[in-house]
Amino acid sequence: MTVAILRFGGSNCDRDARAALDHLDVDAEIVWHEDGLPDDVEGVVVPGGFSYGDYLRAGAMAARSPVMAEVREAAESGVPVLGICNGAQIGSESGLTPGAFTTNRSARFQCEHVHLRVENAETPFTQVFEESDVISLPIAHGEGRFEIADDALATLRSEDRVLFRYCDTDGNVTDAANPNGSKDNIAGVLGEQESVAVLMPHPERATLPEVAGANGAGTDGAGVLAAFE
Amino acid sequence: MALSDADESRIRAELDRELTDTERHLFENLWSEHCAYRSSRPLLSRFSSEGERVVVGPGDDAAVVALDEETYLTLGVESHNHPSYVDPFDGAATGVGGIVRDTLSMGAYPIALADSLYFGDFDREHARYLFGGVVEGISHYGNCIGVPTVTGSVAFHDGYEGNPLVNVACLGVTNEDRLVTAAAKSVGNKLVLVGNATGRDGLGGASFASEDLGEDAETEDRPAVQVGDPYAEKLLIEANERLIDEDLIRAARDLGAAGLGGASAELVAKGGYGAHIELTNVHQREPKMNALEILLAESQERMCYEVRPEDVDAVREIADRFDLGCSVIGEVTEGNYVCTFEGETVVDAPAEYLADGAPVNDLAQVEPTPQERNLPEPDLDAAFETVVGHPNTASKRWVYRQYDHEVGNRTAKRPGDDAALLAIHEAGRGVAFSAGADPNWTDAAPYEGARAVALENATNLAAVGARPLAAVDCLNGGNPEKPAVYGGFSGVVDGLADMCRALDTPVVGGNVSLYNDSATGPVAPTPTLAVVGSKDGYDAPGTALAGDGTLLLVGESAGALGGSQYLASHGGRDAFPTLPDDPLAVVEAIAAVANHEATTAVHDVSHGGLAAALAEMVTGDAGVDVSLDGDARSDELLFSERPGRAVVETTDPAAAREAVGDAAPVTVLGESDASGRLSLTAGETTVTRDADDIAALRSVIERELA
Repeated sequence: MTVAILRFGGSNCDRDARAALDHLDVDAEIVWHEDGLPDDVEGVVVPGGFSYGDYLRAGAMAARSPVMAEVREAAESGVPVLGICNGAQIGSESGLTPGAFTTNRSARFQCEHVHLRVENAETPFTQVFEESDVISLPIAHGEGRFEIADDALATLRSEDRVLFRYCDTDGNVTDAANPNGSKDNIAGVLGEQESVAVLMPHPERATLPEVAGANGAGTDGAGVLAAFE
Repeated sequence: MALSDADESRIRAELDRELTDTERHLFENLWSEHCAYRSSRPLLSRFSSEGERVVVGPGDDAAVVALDEETYLTLGVESHNHPSYVDPFDGAATGVGGIVRDTLSMGAYPIALADSLYFGDFDREHARYLFGGVVEGISHYGNCIGVPTVTGSVAFHDGYEGNPLVNVACLGVTNEDRLVTAAAKSVGNKLVLVGNATGRDGLGGASFASEDLGEDAETEDRPAVQVGDPYAEKLLIEANERLIDEDLIRAARDLGAAGLGGASAELVAKGGYGAHIELTNVHQREPKMNALEILLAESQERMCYEVRPEDVDAVREIADRFDLGCSVIGEVTEGNYVCTFEGETVVDAPAEYLADGAPVNDLAQVEPTPQERNLPEPDLDAAFETVVGHPNTASKRWVYRQYDHEVGNRTAKRPGDDAALLAIHEAGRGVAFSAGADPNWTDAAPYEGARAVALENATNLAAVGARPLAAVDCLNGGNPEKPAVYGGFSGVVDGLADMCRALDTPVVGGNVSLYNDSATGPVAPTPTLAVVGSKDGYDAPGTALAGDGTLLLVGESAGALGGSQYLASHGGRDAFPTLPDDPLAVVEAIAAVANHEATTAVHDVSHGGLAAALAEMVTGDAGVDVSLDGDARSDELLFSERPGRAVVETTDPAAAREAVGDAAPVTVLGESDASGRLSLTAGETTVTRDADDIAALRSVIERELA
């Protein structure tokens, strides 16, 4: 299958996503947004970065680019779509997933390693995990605080669409383990289909064993990207 | 600062006519200290810049060294000191932009940044304001362009109160086929400007960087500071990569100091040619700009390329694809460097004379006097808290957490340990990267302190098992017209040059920033050194103890206390500690131990001495009981910052001794355990702290700036 890694001006995790998918033997190519999705697309990654310099609002401009209409169409047809970091911001700005990502509680950019509890293991992105598993991934964002209206959150929870929550090493969902002040400690959510997901942490940075193993990140990201295998 | 009368009459004689107004300003900037190294050039020949791995040495935008037969690394460093005082956020951000473009112009892809930052005392509100702004500026720009900031240094010292230093180094990857230089190749080729439109920002920045900061600099000099657009820079990175992919570039130079005038004159001068540039062709952001503004504005995110006429359309197409402006501004000629504007010739001078004709200053220097011993007698348990908890020694997590240090999927060792380690997948090799200087050292003893700076950076590389490959320096000093300042500066150049030679590490490029002088006086001579080293593979021990091994000190025991944080905090003077006779052997021995399979932790001994090094190794699960013996005073045993030493934790001390051989003494410090506690005895003093106490001491920056 061919996975399209969308590149906007300002995307900067596109090569990393490509390297991670290459490592998993997934056929993936970087696609310039103006060129549109390939016909045989069987997966879409919207990678991290600063599309359009995050001018206006993180993800807002890319969300309104023509290619995102194609991504929505692909998503509706069941193609797995994963938005990572800026890709998550683009996903929520374009309405693929609910809620919004806004300025961290610290009001600063934060690059560090966090723990996540798998909340729904019945998705392509979590199929290798069990519910309540604790995985470790890096974050690197200034605007990753998940916000959502209370009633929408209630719907999200009742529909089991919370994918990951920030937690401590033992899986406890605590305020201290919440790096950015996200509502309900939410790190990743599903769209209307379980094949559409966005998350702020970076699975592609915790996939290559030669880097992730050495720097202590581990390779849990490979489990998330297994959706495209 | 205007062109001096002496320079003007010299140029008038050379050109045999009066200068045009535009020429006067162009010469003023190109012949400034910042661009022409007028005061430092006589000293820079002391560096050894040659080696079998050096592909491109000093003088281009960045240096190039061969990692192996196929893979090249580019290395460059730049200062953005004065702009960062006037406007810390934009000043620091554009410093990152500049050094990244220096990397692009070699045909390389930028893979890592290192920042060495120097501010006034951490207790001062103004120093904190500058510190916060600079870190945020670097974070904003570096994160956005997707180049990880993986290492660096931060130091606080009262000499920087009126003049902080921001030194940024960048590492890039390229190869023989992709390598581009800044030397124009042939007559008739077009000069093409790609990137942001030219506006009236950053006028006269090179000249501004070449004089002391006035007391009203924050308001007076604001127009000389550029504002960066990291989004445009990211587009430029990708466009440049594509231009190199398609072999469309004959030569390249980024537009930095002295703007278009600087970049284009230097590019053609390096090839031995001239140019004809029509300034009206430059794509502009503001209406009614005059020739001078177009030529000298330091608008950011612009590159000047030499392109074959038949390739111009292809270049334009790529620029369009990335939403970047593109204009053909002129061509390479045999004659003078000529600029025309609205039918008038505004510049007509030999390119080489513009770029390299500035006379060298012959300045008086006074040697610094050696420090007589006069030591304090504080309570050493309290001194431990002071030194380990001093912002210079403490954790810099508050800083590097704001930098994306992992984008690019190369960061095998993150910031916080001695050196960053990057995976160069192209070559299957690890590249270690360390950068910094210590103003306490070079303030106390310019020559010995600078030698120590070089040795300490090399020891950082050794701690992750790498051997030094090459270095670039960023030499910061005060007003060189003051003999004592120039004497100190001369001392750091000698010290750095001598130690790098001893370490068999060519100094392949660098940057000089003088006139870092303000109402609060000159900065300490500050020789930031950025060093790269290489090793097989990407694995290396960290600094954290495993808790089940023997701790060894590899290297000499305590030395004198000159330059130490202990003396900086408690007052007193002392000679600078003596350094090893054969520093390369010591560094290689430490690297050999670091690479041994039984080694579980390595940490170099530097800022804060052995006490700080040991404190930094203790974790909640691992501690150690250390007894330091010797004839030395207890404070020397604890706090001497004699570099060229490392603490090693190993499960096979005999093998470690064998790996070190005769290169350095090896002393057993103690056995690590699961206590999570440091107990440190030196003479009559025993200091005991658990990991939480130490973490609290070390978190001073985070706590104060939360």
